[in-house]
Amino acid sequence: MKTKTADKPKGLTFQQLIFNLQKYWSDRGCILQQPYDVEVGAGTMHPETFLRVLGPDPYRVAYVQPSRRPTDGRYGENPNRLYKHSQLQVILKPIPEDIQTIYLESLQAIGIDLRRHDIRFEEDNWEAPTLGAWGIGWQVLLDGLEITQYTYFQQCGGLDLDPPSVELTYGLERIASFLQEVPSIFDLRWSDDTTYGQVRLAEERQFSAYSFEAADVEFTRRHFEMYEEEANVLLGRFADAAEEERDRFPVLGAYDLCLKCSHLFNVLDSRRAISTTERAAMIGRIRALACRVAEAYLAQRGQLAQGQEAEARR
Amino acid sequence: MSAKLKKPAKRQGRAVTASAKGATAEPTAPFLLEIGCEEIPARMIARAAAELHVLLGKHLAAYELAAPEAMETWGAPRRLAASISALRLRQPDRKTETLGPPKAVAFDDVGRPTKAAESFAAKQGIAVGALEVTSTPRGEYVVARKLVPGKPAREILAEILPRAVLELSFPRSMYWTRSSGPRFVRPIRWMVALLGDKVVPFSLGEIASGRVSRGHRFLARQFRVPIARADDYVPALRRQFVLARPEERKQRIEKELARIGMQHRLRLRPDPALLDEVVYLNEYPAAILGGFDASYLALPEEILVTVMRGHQKYFALEDRGGRLAPYFAAIINSSGDASGTIRSGHERVLRARFSDARFFWDTDQKCRLADYLPQLAGVTYESRLGSYLDKVERVRRLSRWIAEGWFHSGHPEADIASTERAAELAKCDLVTEMVRELPELEGIVGGLYAAEQGEPETVAAAIYDQYRPAGLDDQIPRNLPGCALALADRMDSLVGCFAVGLVPSGSSDAFGLRRAALGIVKILLERRLPLSLSAAVATSARLLRELAPKIEVSPDVEGQVRAFLQDRIRYVFHERHNFAYDEIDAVLAAGADDLVDAEQRISALRAVRRSRNFEPLAVAFKRIRKILEKAGPAKSWRQETVRGELLADAAERELHAAAEKVAKESARLKRAGRYREALEQVAGLRPVVDRFFDDVLVMAEDAGVRRNRLTLLAELLREFSDIADFSEIQTESAPR
Repeated sequence: MKTKTADKPKGLTFQQLIFNLQKYWSDRGCILQQPYDVEVGAGTMHPETFLRVLGPDPYRVAYVQPSRRPTDGRYGENPNRLYKHSQLQVILKPIPEDIQTIYLESLQAIGIDLRRHDIRFEEDNWEAPTLGAWGIGWQVLLDGLEITQYTYFQQCGGLDLDPPSVELTYGLERIASFLQEVPSIFDLRWSDDTTYGQVRLAEERQFSAYSFEAADVEFTRRHFEMYEEEANVLLGRFADAAEEERDRFPVLGAYDLCLKCSHLFNVLDSRRAISTTERAAMIGRIRALACRVAEAYLAQRGQLAQGQEAEARR
Repeated sequence: MSAKLKKPAKRQGRAVTASAKGATAEPTAPFLLEIGCEEIPARMIARAAAELHVLLGKHLAAYELAAPEAMETWGAPRRLAASISALRLRQPDRKTETLGPPKAVAFDDVGRPTKAAESFAAKQGIAVGALEVTSTPRGEYVVARKLVPGKPAREILAEILPRAVLELSFPRSMYWTRSSGPRFVRPIRWMVALLGDKVVPFSLGEIASGRVSRGHRFLARQFRVPIARADDYVPALRRQFVLARPEERKQRIEKELARIGMQHRLRLRPDPALLDEVVYLNEYPAAILGGFDASYLALPEEILVTVMRGHQKYFALEDRGGRLAPYFAAIINSSGDASGTIRSGHERVLRARFSDARFFWDTDQKCRLADYLPQLAGVTYESRLGSYLDKVERVRRLSRWIAEGWFHSGHPEADIASTERAAELAKCDLVTEMVRELPELEGIVGGLYAAEQGEPETVAAAIYDQYRPAGLDDQIPRNLPGCALALADRMDSLVGCFAVGLVPSGSSDAFGLRRAALGIVKILLERRLPLSLSAAVATSARLLRELAPKIEVSPDVEGQVRAFLQDRIRYVFHERHNFAYDEIDAVLAAGADDLVDAEQRISALRAVRRSRNFEPLAVAFKRIRKILEKAGPAKSWRQETVRGELLADAAERELHAAAEKVAKESARLKRAGRYREALEQVAGLRPVVDRFFDDVLVMAEDAGVRRNRLTLLAELLREFSDIADFSEIQTESAPR
């Protein structure tokens, strides 16, 4: 078991970790999707989660989602915090009966010997107020380190999910640091000959500087308002659209605009431009968009159940 | 123990049942129910196990299968279990009696059964000839007497077990198959239900009961753990590294922690709440020791311990001198950590957490606490009550008012400048990085920063202590500026929230107003500080009117707050000072504006209560109150003062004279705070009061005399009810 030598570094490289998880979930029937190309704060905001968990159709998908959290930026100086981190997101609908075991086996697939570690599921009910989404679940701790957010989705876009989905969100940088036993994320080996720092440090510095110092509060506010307005106009038109126009109606476009609002809100937040009162109001505005999108998405597919409409508008 | 005589379950019709008695050594078998679940949140498990006990106990007793006391329930992260060593295999037979139609209806003139009797017999499933007649208070009726054989326990269990499981309530439940499927705190994955060695068959959604449990997620030798007999459960699980009984896990953790302490010459910081939590986070707990870089000890202990405890659930350790040591004890769900892999993992996580904490500390120190004050304008306390900056201003002025009162009444340590400064800085830590990260440390962080930045010790301590007491068992602020701040903050919350209609009801009390009111009572009583509650409420209301003119603070609101406080006062006097409710009520009825004074009056009342004269006097006072109430509103009969010339009887003249004398004397004693002696004086009135009632008819025919007597009594009542209202005292003999 003790094969540690000076020239053999520990653990999987960052990209090998992603390969292994993608292979594992691909072998379990998941579509492998790609990251979404609009700024998001979490893998949940990718339409492959936010929209696909709605309605009755079975679905299995896995993808990596780079996630931007402007307030977490530390100019690349903090060994554990990032402006942008990577999540590997898995959605399974319906929920397999032995899902916990399947999840734990995925840890073995990345070199974690379950019997030699302290693994536990600690209560953590996830909620995304901007998405009108929440679920029941845990954070999975590996020797005290949170490596996965594990959630049984109950509601999304203000709509009850039936059947529910399970969402597994792996924090890739954390897991890689654990496996490689490096003190800083920036020391991670991304590949055999390149470090995480080499790939990403400049980005961390610049985006921290942008979101804490450079982002123009007035412009950002205006962008927010414009995206919100366009989204509302679109959604209003969808409601009035004739049956035959609905199929090609850009509900997805409206969702992109909603995501833009969410990101711009985060930028304003990192500029400390939002008071507590205003914060609640802005979150409410984004949630209102998300809920209308969810409702339109199902209506477009003819899957909006009786009585669901009222719920989305709550 | 048997539950034979317990009320039987609801049965059909108007049946009256009686248990068959006298059965001895009935056949019984051990019983087991296990609900196998994905990890239940630790904080909910003990309560769920207790609730299972209540629910299942209720059902089993109703069917007379077992007494609830015979049951044990246990909880662990992945299971809730109930166990009974002897459960009846069959429900006892029952004799039932069902009343039918009246005899006159059931039988005709010649005593032949009518249609009514026949249909009743048919409905009861017995022959008409078997009907009997019984006499009731309403006359003679036909009765059907039957012996209903008890049902097999397995059959009953199959029906009540799923019901009991779904009746369990959790703060938040979920569904995992379909929205129409079962709801529980987390997905149920298996169920074991055994009576003796037989499965009790039932199902919930797609899960059927069986005999197969599961062991420890990682340590178990086998995935499936068949339980042969109900009473094999605990040992069978233990073999697969699950300690089903919480007490057993707790003992193991305590032993492990003691071992670590011994080995490394360290002392555990006791933390019973954390201990209870880790008992329910592990199925097979072990303790490991980890360390951290001693340079982190430069951070305040409060922060280090909170990070270890809150986030990581580690126990803090101290050296022989009581100083925090650079070590921690983690409870892991494993049999051990021979290679040290787990330890180094935990150490790495803690290092990252501590390095974050140090980062927050350093960032926050870049500016002074007071510099954060303007930012409070952006933090809402409550939408109508404004921001924390608004609250700070109100609290600053109210705490100043309180401190001034103390300073000028013999409490020179109530430093006014320190109080104001503490109030001004009190909420600044809300916008620091440290409190954003560790919200449970609000107040404490402010105090630590104030001390670090050279604020006077009094000020720093007052800020640090502002949220104390957190409960009735917590300590109150160390110094008087701290007490003034804590009182002012709570009073402002109470008056403000009541003014905008945020009145606590049932379980909803979002702003913690009950706790705030209790805190006020506790601080005043414990530190024996003078404060007029009504004046404090009024001052708080005035500040609110002045500084938040948009809010209407009606006089009603002040009354509501006073009444709300009064409820907590009653509670504290009863629960913490062990006064009887009638003693408390007697004093509160006489006014409890100053709590220390009220407490002295209750003590005096309690001391005097046992004296010979007291109880009869209390009875007399009740009688007086009744007479006055009967006489109608005071306006209709009351005159300005008692008129001596109208006192016709010797007994009433005597009472009048004695009352005047005692009033003077007791007033003097009251002013000196000698309540007990004052009350003894009053109690001494008893013979004259008794004589008055024996000899004098209050409701005399002559209107003038009557009016004079009523006035005399009214004055007596008023004069002698300002320490305590005796008519509130419960007496053995009722007033005539």
